[in-house]
Amino acid sequence: MSTLVDYDDAVTRYDTVIGIEVHVELGTVTKMFDGAPAGFGEEPNTSVTPVSLGLPGSLPVVNGKAVEYAIRIGLALNCSIAETCRFARKNYFYPDVPKNFQTSQYDEPIAYEGWVDVELDDGSIFRVEIERAHMEEDAGKNTHIGGSDGRIHGAEYSLVDYNRAGIPLVEIVTKPITGAGARAPEVARAYVQTLRDLFRALEVSEARMERGNVRADVNVSIRPTPNSPLGTRTETKNVNSFRSVERAVRYEVSRQAGVLDDGIAIIQETRHWHEDTGTTASGRVKSDAEDYRYFPEPDLVPIAPDRAWVEEIRAGLPELPAARRRRLQGEWGYADAEMRDVVNAGAVELIETTIAAGASPAAARKWWMGELARTAKQQEIELAELPVTPTQVGQLQKLVDDGRINDKLARQVLEGVLAGEGDPETVLVARGLEVVSDDGPLLEAIDAALAAQPDIAEKIRSGNLGPVGAIIGAVMKATRGQADAGRVRELLLERIGS
Amino acid sequence: MSTLSRDEVARVAGLARIDLTPAELDRLAGELDVIVESVARVSEIATPDVPATSHPLPLTNVFRPDVLVEPVDRDLVLAAAPEHIDGKFAVPQILGEDA
Repeated sequence: MSTLVDYDDAVTRYDTVIGIEVHVELGTVTKMFDGAPAGFGEEPNTSVTPVSLGLPGSLPVVNGKAVEYAIRIGLALNCSIAETCRFARKNYFYPDVPKNFQTSQYDEPIAYEGWVDVELDDGSIFRVEIERAHMEEDAGKNTHIGGSDGRIHGAEYSLVDYNRAGIPLVEIVTKPITGAGARAPEVARAYVQTLRDLFRALEVSEARMERGNVRADVNVSIRPTPNSPLGTRTETKNVNSFRSVERAVRYEVSRQAGVLDDGIAIIQETRHWHEDTGTTASGRVKSDAEDYRYFPEPDLVPIAPDRAWVEEIRAGLPELPAARRRRLQGEWGYADAEMRDVVNAGAVELIETTIAAGASPAAARKWWMGELARTAKQQEIELAELPVTPTQVGQLQKLVDDGRINDKLARQVLEGVLAGEGDPETVLVARGLEVVSDDGPLLEAIDAALAAQPDIAEKIRSGNLGPVGAIIGAVMKATRGQADAGRVRELLLERIGS
Repeated sequence: MSTLSRDEVARVAGLARIDLTPAELDRLAGELDVIVESVARVSEIATPDVPATSHPLPLTNVFRPDVLVEPVDRDLVLAAAPEHIDGKFAVPQILGEDA
């Protein structure tokens, strides 16, 4: 076996071309071709009908909502929507499809020839050309049981759950992505991330990677120079996180460079991604078994989306993520780098809601990207998973703005909110954290501090204001930080002046 | 003139998981050839001004609303399985993949 070539070395000698297929499960209530529930997490084989099981005599009927969602995706990807298209049978023998074929689209996809702009980490834009987006159904889920605990005569076997079989999918296929060079892994990751954001904005899918709502197949090939003919590609299947997409491309580039360096040809094959080791391993070699003998699905009639309907869907498209980010950045007055950090931290919605709850853009950003980001990082969770709502952060900032607490007390209040002690107001009252705004107690504390440190008091009285900090500090300590330091200074100077 | 070879019949049978004896291959190559040739004659008649028929029904856009129907009871579903374990269909080991 050839050795891996260091990535940085590999990209000096080879040009990378990638192609990505993304499958997204649509968030319809029912499946693509029957009324069985398309949800997640049900007991095995309870979300099935005769159609999902492919029982003889059962007939599919297309879910109109799924077609609408597919068109929405196509339009958002700047694709043309087919005047007419149809479904086809993709024939193969595998227990995850009970019919022995997957109903898909082959030569007539619903959407084709589009593009999407992808924002990279440094803020630059990379345009990815879309070949097609087509409709199909998901397959069932297989679980492989090893021989050691096998219960069928001690043999190894697999278990199949058909709940997922028939859930509507849209598969989006890029054209070969060239010109990314050494940044191909980053482009691949940013592209999948862009699609995920798009699916959510379009409200066509919850698009949760960890549930497999969005799955990517990553094609990678390398060639000596950008002008060389395309190299032989491999397809790494089911790469299901943004980070893995990036790693899978990097790994394949290093691996293929090693193979080519040894003068060996790349084998066109399917490879499997191993999350734990960050490597790919050889799967099926593309061969006769890949002959799916597609033919038009005789049980379904063609789909010819009415142009008026397509335009109605287009008019109803929401503001897309990239445009929305640009608008919000303008409204909030964040610098490019600040906005990128906010986006990368997944804090856009949180900050937007916090601002809607009354906080200034600067204050909202300060909380979410400061104290809360640190807390989330410590606990190794996402910002949105913290037990505090944007509304509560807005309330917290209002307490600061109203002068009822200072920043230091605000952090203590936030701590209480995160500990589940209630809204900021509740925590403030329960913990007795309100700023002492009554001058009486402050003057008492000032007098006590002056009396306790007579030498310092004398210096101040003689006009040396250098050590006032010591007295203010003592007052702050006496009031457990609940005094407004500025007010204490004013009162102290008045006191001494008098 | 034969258009369908014995090898092609063997290959298609393999893809469809149909086990054919050498005698069956010989016979079917001949029989299928008659069918293929008959279909091929259509292209002699079809001219560019005759639109292709992609579907026998003059219908498009037959959709159903996104409304739930009652799923089949699982006991009934699994009654069709030769073997089942923990509510799932048990099948011979699937090699090399975890889907």
